[in-house]
Amino acid sequence: MSDLDSNQNRRSFLKYLLSTSLVGFLASVLYPIISYLNPPKQNEVEVSTVLAGKVSDFEKDSGKIIRFGNKPVLVIHTEKDEFKALSAVCTHLDCTVQYKKELGLIWCACHNGKYDLNGKNVSGPPPRPLDVFAVKRQGDNIFVSKKA
Amino acid sequence: MSVMKNIFKKAYDYLDERLHLEDLVHFMGKKYVPVHSHSVWYYFGGVSLFFFIVQVTTGILLLFYYKAGPDLAFESIQYIMSKVHFGWLIRSIHGWAANLFILAAVIHMFSVYFEKAYRKPRELTWVTGMLMLFLAMGFGFSGYLLPWNELAFFATKVGSDIAGAVPVIGEPLKILMRGGPDVTGATLSRLFGFHVALFPGIFTVVLGIHLILIQRQGISEPLEFEHLPQKEKKTMPFFPNFLLRDLLLWLVMLNLLAILAVFFPAELGHKADPFGSAPAGIKPEWYFLFMFQSLKYFPAHIFIFEGEVLGILMFGAAFALWLLVPFWDVKTARGEKNRFITYLGIFAIMFIIVLTILGWVL
Repeated sequence: MSDLDSNQNRRSFLKYLLSTSLVGFLASVLYPIISYLNPPKQNEVEVSTVLAGKVSDFEKDSGKIIRFGNKPVLVIHTEKDEFKALSAVCTHLDCTVQYKKELGLIWCACHNGKYDLNGKNVSGPPPRPLDVFAVKRQGDNIFVSKKA
Repeated sequence: MSVMKNIFKKAYDYLDERLHLEDLVHFMGKKYVPVHSHSVWYYFGGVSLFFFIVQVTTGILLLFYYKAGPDLAFESIQYIMSKVHFGWLIRSIHGWAANLFILAAVIHMFSVYFEKAYRKPRELTWVTGMLMLFLAMGFGFSGYLLPWNELAFFATKVGSDIAGAVPVIGEPLKILMRGGPDVTGATLSRLFGFHVALFPGIFTVVLGIHLILIQRQGISEPLEFEHLPQKEKKTMPFFPNFLLRDLLLWLVMLNLLAILAVFFPAELGHKADPFGSAPAGIKPEWYFLFMFQSLKYFPAHIFIFEGEVLGILMFGAAFALWLLVPFWDVKTARGEKNRFITYLGIFAIMFIIVLTILGWVL
């Protein structure tokens, strides 16, 4: 092998070594930064049943938002004295819905989405129905729980 | 008077001896601004710069009292608005200058577009300008949440949810923006960081490049003007003629800001309640309204795609085409007139105006 060839070989080897270590260096700098930006998963307390309140807390023909873990749930006391509970998160763009007395419907103020009292999307942009929760009346207490 | 002059001369000589200022003075003396029937548009870049300076100044002042955090943000702004001397003025100017900054930058962008000043050799000036416009929108979006009021809370929920609909990168982007799956105090901390540190840092670097390019290449001449013989080209020296006009306009803008801030001060509304229902009238800032409104006209499903996703992708493609116009408008690069570009620009302006009005009224 001539001197020139061995020089050439040495050069390409060094190039290879340097570029690999550069990639390694960048990866070792970027990996912790990207991981840092990704927020840690909060250990959500797995909530299955929540005490929504007393019957007297809910006026007839009105709705109230309660906390279900860290999600809002809409509890409706209907005109017919029934209790219904549905996820209050609009399936369109994440706004929080409300019970609209005049319409007898669930309404999202952001983009005028409407759901019936069973959570079915009846008009406006929502693509899916609201999740329904189970309601239990034990004496004077109203319990809301996830449907199995 | 002569004492002042003496001091000034001594200071100049001191610097000149060390830095050889005569090169710089010579360079500045050679700077000319073309004078023609469209010269008025040259002022909007400077006006945008002025509003940016106002934003940095009032932003730093607000930082002295603002506290980020879901339990503190709303209250600290209440404090700024009601207790801090001239706090209402500083915050109102910050709000108004933000809107006027975007307006001036958009006018500047369209004037450069219609003059086709982005053509070779100024492609990079255009690209840096567009990057600053996108950053300005980022400033607007991130700043909107900082008062932690009802309107901002739900607008941020909707805005980040729309970003989350983008295929593949949407979900990680949403988590990155929100600092978790929902809009919470973590979102406030993040957007605060973006608004006062990340974006200003990037913006300042890009602005520096933009200004250096303009100094290096001189001010763009319209196509017809370029072809005139040197004798027939009317120009105005930058120092002091153009600069003084610019400064006068800055003064007018400062007065406009003061008038707007006094007669239409910034509102605060109700504190955000993550467990409250969304109020009626949730709207994004006016410069997002045309996109927001057009997304409403997409049906829920188009073929196998979700309508909204398709809409977002179309806007993404349109912005990318706009950003890259100097590279695909080959006709103008050759020095020919390109009518298509002009019609496209007129269409874009009409589209933005009509949908903004629809979004406002509906």
